[in-house]
Amino acid sequence: MALTGMDIYKLLPKKNCKECGFPTCLAFAMKLAQGAVEAGKCPYMSDDAKARLSEATAPPMRTVKFGAGDKCYNLGGETVLFRHEKTFVNRPRFAVLFSDAMSEEEIQGKIARMNKVNYVRINEEMYVEIAALKCESGNKDTFLSLIKKVKDGCKKAVPMIITSDPEIARAAVEECKESGPILFGADEQNCEAMVELAKQHGLLLGVTAPDQEKLYNLVQKIQNLGYRELLLSTESGTLKQTFDDVVNIRRTALLSQDRTLGYPTLVFVNLLSKDKMMQLAMATLFVEKYASVIVLDDIDYSLALPLFALRQNIYTDPQRPMKVEQGLYKIGSADENSPLLVTVDFALTYFIVSGEVERSKIPSWMLIPDAGGYSVLTAWASGKLSGKSIAKAVKDFAVEEKLKTREIVIPGKVAVLKADIEDELPGWKVVVGPDEAALLPKFLRDYADKKVS
Amino acid sequence: MAYKKPVQKFTGKIREVTLGENLKLGGESVLPFYSFDGDTGHKPALGMEIWDVYPESWPATIVNELGDKARKPAEWAKYVEEKYSPDFICLRLVGANQDAGDKSPEECALVAKEVAEAVNLPLVIAGCDSNEKNGKIFTKVAEALPEKNIAFLSAVEGNYKEVGAAVGLAYGNIVVAESSVDLNLAKQLNILLMQLGVKPEKMLMNPGCSAVGYGFEYVVTTLDRIRLAALDQNDTTLQMPIIMPVSFETWKVKESVATEDDVPEWGNQEERGIAVEISTAVGVLVAGANAVILRHPRSLQVLREFINCLI
Ligand code: B12
Ligand code: SF4
Repeated sequence: MALTGMDIYKLLPKKNCKECGFPTCLAFAMKLAQGAVEAGKCPYMSDDAKARLSEATAPPMRTVKFGAGDKCYNLGGETVLFRHEKTFVNRPRFAVLFSDAMSEEEIQGKIARMNKVNYVRINEEMYVEIAALKCESGNKDTFLSLIKKVKDGCKKAVPMIITSDPEIARAAVEECKESGPILFGADEQNCEAMVELAKQHGLLLGVTAPDQEKLYNLVQKIQNLGYRELLLSTESGTLKQTFDDVVNIRRTALLSQDRTLGYPTLVFVNLLSKDKMMQLAMATLFVEKYASVIVLDDIDYSLALPLFALRQNIYTDPQRPMKVEQGLYKIGSADENSPLLVTVDFALTYFIVSGEVERSKIPSWMLIPDAGGYSVLTAWASGKLSGKSIAKAVKDFAVEEKLKTREIVIPGKVAVLKADIEDELPGWKVVVGPDEAALLPKFLRDYADKKVS
Repeated sequence: MAYKKPVQKFTGKIREVTLGENLKLGGESVLPFYSFDGDTGHKPALGMEIWDVYPESWPATIVNELGDKARKPAEWAKYVEEKYSPDFICLRLVGANQDAGDKSPEECALVAKEVAEAVNLPLVIAGCDSNEKNGKIFTKVAEALPEKNIAFLSAVEGNYKEVGAAVGLAYGNIVVAESSVDLNLAKQLNILLMQLGVKPEKMLMNPGCSAVGYGFEYVVTTLDRIRLAALDQNDTTLQMPIIMPVSFETWKVKESVATEDDVPEWGNQEERGIAVEISTAVGVLVAGANAVILRHPRSLQVLREFINCLI
C-alpha cells in the first residue's frame, strides 16, 4: 500500500542535513510520497528503512530491460490505463518468429524482409527489434544453427530464445548472450532451472502459464526464487481470452495494486491467426491495449507502416506537444532563388513535408511560423496560421534579406489564406500547393521547371 | 495470496440507436470488447462506402470488379449488399463537390432515393466538402426519404440548426454530430442538438477521425475520454453511439496513395491501403467507436472476423 509523506518521514534519519537536495527531511519525505525523487538520494537511511520504502514506493508495474549496447530496450513501467491520465512510457516492441523447423529458404526470406523494413519516421528509426527464435525440432544443434543464422543475418534484432527445455536454453544463451536475449519460457515444470539460467546472465525471463490464475501462482513462485526480471504471457488460444488476459494483468497491477502481475506482457499474435491482415488487426489492438512484446509471423512495409506509426502516436507524451522550432530551414543546397514553402511547427507535419521536399531533390527553403504547434488545418481553424503569422515569420527570419524570391508556396488545405497573405506581404505572390505532401515532389519539379523557363 | 480478477463496473450505459429497420448500435455498459466486465451491447457495425460518381481514385481491383456498376450508384449498392453484405451502406455524395460536378441538392436526393430503393440494408448519407451545402443537401435527401432511420454525416457547429431541424425533427432520420477531436466540443454540439429538440435516440456522434500516424493519438484519447465520461461519470450528453468514417481518412494518406513507382521499397500499393484502413478501423473500435465506414472488401472481411473473434 502507498505510504503517506508522514509515514515516510518517520522512516528518515531526521538529520535535516540537506544532502538529498531538500531543505528538510520532511520536504524530502513529501517528494518521495509523490514519487518525484528516489529514496537513494538520502545517504543516511537505514537498510531496513530503505527496503520498506522501496517496497512501498516501487511503481505498480516494473520496468524491465533486454538487449545490449545501443540495442537496449525498456519494457513495462506503465503507471496508467489511459494515456490522457499521464502518458504511456515504454513502447511495445515487435518480434518476427523464426523456427528451427523452417526451411532454409523461409529463414533467409524472413531475414531479408526484416532487414528491408528499416526507415525513419519523425526522427525515430523504425525496424523490428526482436527476432523470436523457436526451438521446435527438439534438437540442440538444429536450434543453435538457426540462432547463428539469424544473429548473423539480422544485426539489429535482439534474439528471443523460445524453448521449455533448460538444457537447450542454456546452450542457446551461450550462443547469443552478448546481445542480451530474452529467455522464453519459464513454466510450471521448468521454472527453477530457467530462473537459475536467467539469473546467471541477468536475462529478461518470459514466463508462461495456461491462464491468469496459474500465471499468478507461477509468478509468486518465481519471485520466491528471487527473480523479478519477468515478461508475462498466457497460453490462451483465442483472441478473446488473450485480450482478457492482457487487460487484466495490467489492471491487477494498476487498479488492484497487486504487484504480482506488475510486469509487462507478451502476445504471440502469430498463434492467434495465420492471416497477415488479421495479425495486423490484432497487433493494433495490443498496441493500444496493453502488450509490450508483440510477435508476428513476418514483416513487410504494409504491416510496418501502420503499426509503427500507431505505436509512435500512442506513446507520444500528451503533456509534451511535438513541436519544431520556428525559422527558415534550408533543404539541400538551396540558394537565394530556390522555392520557398511555408508549413507549420507541428513536428509531425514538418517531418512529413520536409521528407517530401527532400525526396523531390529540388533544393528548397521551408519557413516555419509560430503556428501554436498545430497541424495545418488545426492551426488555421484556431487562427494560429494566418496572413499575419506568416508575414511575421518572413520579417522575424529576415527572409527578404536572405532570399531573392518573392513567391511563397502554401499548403493546399489553406488555399483560402492566399489573399490574406498577399495583403500582409506587399510585393509577394502566393502559390497554392497541393493538399497532401505526398504530391509535393511532382509539384516542386513542375514548379521549378516553370521558374527556369 | 490468491489471484483476484479485477472488474470495472460502471453506472453509465451507451444508448441504443437503431439504423434503418433494425440495425442496433450501442447498448454497452463496459469499455469496448471488455466482455469480462459486463454487457458489451450490440456488435460494432461495419459499413461500406459507395459514391454517387465514378470512383476514379479507388484501388484498381475494386474499380475493375465493379465495372459499369461504378457509374450507377443504385446498382453498385445492390451489388455490395449481395456480394459483401456489410451491416450498412454509406452513400457519399462526392458529386456535390464543386470540382466534381457540383450536383444540386435535388439531384443528390434523386440518387439517394434510387439507392434506398435498391437495397434493404440501412443507409448512411455522407455529404460533400462544404458544410453549408450539406445543410441544403441533407434537407432535400431527408425530405425524399422520411422516417427511414437514415444517418446523415454530419451536423457540425456551423450547420447543426439546419441539419438538426430537417434530418432530426421534420423528417425523423438520424443526425450524426461531428466535432473536432475534443470531448467538450462533442458534448457542446450534442447539447445544442438536444436543445433544438432532436431526440438522443436519433443521434450518433463522430468526434473526429484521422488515419493512424496522423494525429491519431488525439483521436484515441478523445474516444477514451468520451467513453469514460459516458460510462464512469454517467454523462448522458455523451452516451450516443459513435460512428467513424475511417475510409474517408485512410485512403488519402501517403501510405495508401503513393504508387509503387513513387516508393518501390514499400511494395504493393493496394495492400498498404488495406492495411492502413484495417489498422485505423481497429484502432477506433477498440477506443470506443460503435460503427466504422470502410472502402475495401478485404478490410470488411478482416474486420468482421476480428470482431467475431473478440465478441
Ligand atoms: C489531431 C487534431 C487536433 C489536435 C491538434 C494536434 C496538433 N498538434 O495539431 C487537437 C485535439 C489539439 C485539435 C484541436 C483543434 N482542432 Co483539430 N484536428 C486534428 C486531426 C484529427 C488531425 C490533424 C493532423 O494531425 N493531421 C496530420 C498532419 C500531418 O496534417 P497537416 O498538418 O494538414 O499536413 C498535411 C498537409 O496539410 C500537407 N502540408 C503540410 N504543410 C504543407 C506545406 C505545403 C507547402 C504543402 C504543399 C503541403 C503541406 O502535408 C501533410 C501531409 O499530407 C484533424 C482531422 C484530420 N483527420 O485531419 C482535426 C482538424 C484539423 N481540427 C479541426 C479543428 C476545427 C480544431 C479546433 C479549432 C477545434 C476547436 N474549435 O477548438 C482545435 C484548435 C486548437 C485550439 N483549441 O486552439 C478541424 C479543422 C476544420 C477545418 N476544415 O478548418 C479538423 C479538420 C477536424 C474536423 N473535421 O473538424 N485538433
Ligand atoms: S539527506 Fe536524508 S537526512 Fe539529510 S536532510 Fe535529506 S532526508 Fe534528511
